[in-house]
Amino acid sequence: MKNYILNRLLQLIPILLGISFLTFGMMQFAAGDAVDIIYEQSSVSDEIKAAKRSELGLDQPFLIQYSRWLVGIVTGDLGRSFISGKLVFETFIDKLPATIELMLVSIALTIFIATPLGILSAVYQNRAIDYLIRFLTFIGNSMPNFFAGLLLIYFLALQLNLLPIMGNDWRAIIMPSLTLTISMGAKYTRQIRAIVLEELQKPYVIGARSRGVHEFTILTRSVLRSSLIVIITLIALSMGSLLGGTAIVETIFMWDGVGKMAVDAILMRDYPMIQAYVVWMASIYVLINLAADILYHKLDPRIL
Amino acid sequence: MKKLIPYLTLAGILIFVAIFAEHLTPQDPYAQDLSNALQPPNSEHFLGTDRYGRDVFSRVILGSQTTLISALILLFSISSFGSLIGAICGYHGGKLDTILMRISDVFLAFPQMVFAIAVAGILGGGLLNAAMALAIIGWTKYARIARGLVLTIREMPYMNAARMSGTGSIGILRDYIFPNILGTILVTAALDLGTIIMELAGLSFLGLGAMPPTAEWGAMMNNGRSMLQTAPWMILSPGIAIFISVSIFNLLGDKLRDVFDPKEGI
Repeated sequence: MKNYILNRLLQLIPILLGISFLTFGMMQFAAGDAVDIIYEQSSVSDEIKAAKRSELGLDQPFLIQYSRWLVGIVTGDLGRSFISGKLVFETFIDKLPATIELMLVSIALTIFIATPLGILSAVYQNRAIDYLIRFLTFIGNSMPNFFAGLLLIYFLALQLNLLPIMGNDWRAIIMPSLTLTISMGAKYTRQIRAIVLEELQKPYVIGARSRGVHEFTILTRSVLRSSLIVIITLIALSMGSLLGGTAIVETIFMWDGVGKMAVDAILMRDYPMIQAYVVWMASIYVLINLAADILYHKLDPRIL
Repeated sequence: MKKLIPYLTLAGILIFVAIFAEHLTPQDPYAQDLSNALQPPNSEHFLGTDRYGRDVFSRVILGSQTTLISALILLFSISSFGSLIGAICGYHGGKLDTILMRISDVFLAFPQMVFAIAVAGILGGGLLNAAMALAIIGWTKYARIARGLVLTIREMPYMNAARMSGTGSIGILRDYIFPNILGTILVTAALDLGTIIMELAGLSFLGLGAMPPTAEWGAMMNNGRSMLQTAPWMILSPGIAIFISVSIFNLLGDKLRDVFDPKEGI
């Protein structure tokens, strides 16, 4: 087990290097001169610009700049925002908990809703309730999250006055997490339905039934347990779209997390912020996938 | 095959509308009429007007062209480019395969939308840049699928027979590999189309895709966002248009999978 984890961590190094190189290179290639952007609004002499350039290390060769930045990622020194002048790393760490909170609540809500729906749909296959659930998952699957979010605002907040559009109490998280849950929940329900249908065909279920084990016990004790791997796979797989989804949802609901920070940074061409966001999000994504792999390995040692 | 016909017809209608959108709009989608701004749906303006008094129905129709055609072009480019790279990697193996697959590993490590948002932002918005941002990661999926498929057929007897009878690499790729992987790639692409439409519209919604005054569904929704209370039709019309198109392509994708790959769908 230890060797397995160590091995996987080693495999991670070239990928993380690739991620950082790509992010840095792209930004360097497309963004042009950072100093010109900083002084875009004010007219300053070329000497001041040159001084700023050497202060920021921008007159160094590409590879030196890259390795400096790479050291910065690890040590948490990612420079300052072009716009606010604050430290990028501090701003990022400051806003990260809000995004993690939103993601955790959305995943919990999704599992809480999708697991019973998926099981119900499988147990009553091709009956009215199954058709209803499949219809709902189809709608959830075809609904862009920004449209779902705006619909929630329109109906829950503006028409029915059930929830405030924004707020500081616990109710503020309901609509953003519900928005993320709609499309994720549809995917989860489909997959859980499929795996439960498959499990119900297996000999051990028939054996349990013939021994007179109650159907509910079979479902909760055996079928649900073997669906666990599918649920973990789903969480790992949906992490990518969830991370992207938070950017859109946070912008709609004014949720003060890293997603909204990134969209704001992009609209204001605050490149150090964007760089930090991309590199950190990709690293988080890779690490979550690694954690999921290790967890599979623990749950089912046959999987390598 | 027969059960595909209704879905193909629906998708066909949608693509027909998209191609001939300019001739199907009842009014000029770009004509501003400030005295008629923010009109709710009425007999003259079927879906109301936006804040510049432009006819929302005409803009939704023209928006189909912007959104659907660019999604289709994007999908065609990434699926053909990705499959070609994947097929070459799978067939040749060796160093080329290792290098290209390591590169695709790095791209796969980025969450698609996070990367697209950043790239579209760096490139400075615009529909073409948004499409390119999605393409940079999008192709890797097809490369992986095509490579996996080619690996399973590479050592088949008919492939050896083709090689021994002197068929060159290009001939094998064209006559043996291409027909073998086409079905799976087609199904994957059809299932992908809905997602791509949503992602392109999402980028435009964030202000990183189609620029005003272009009639594009995501951009139209971005435009109406602040007037959700007073003019909900500005959001609802393009939103429902996206929902209907994505639904149709998702249905078509599901049915295509049932036909070409029956064991996958339950």
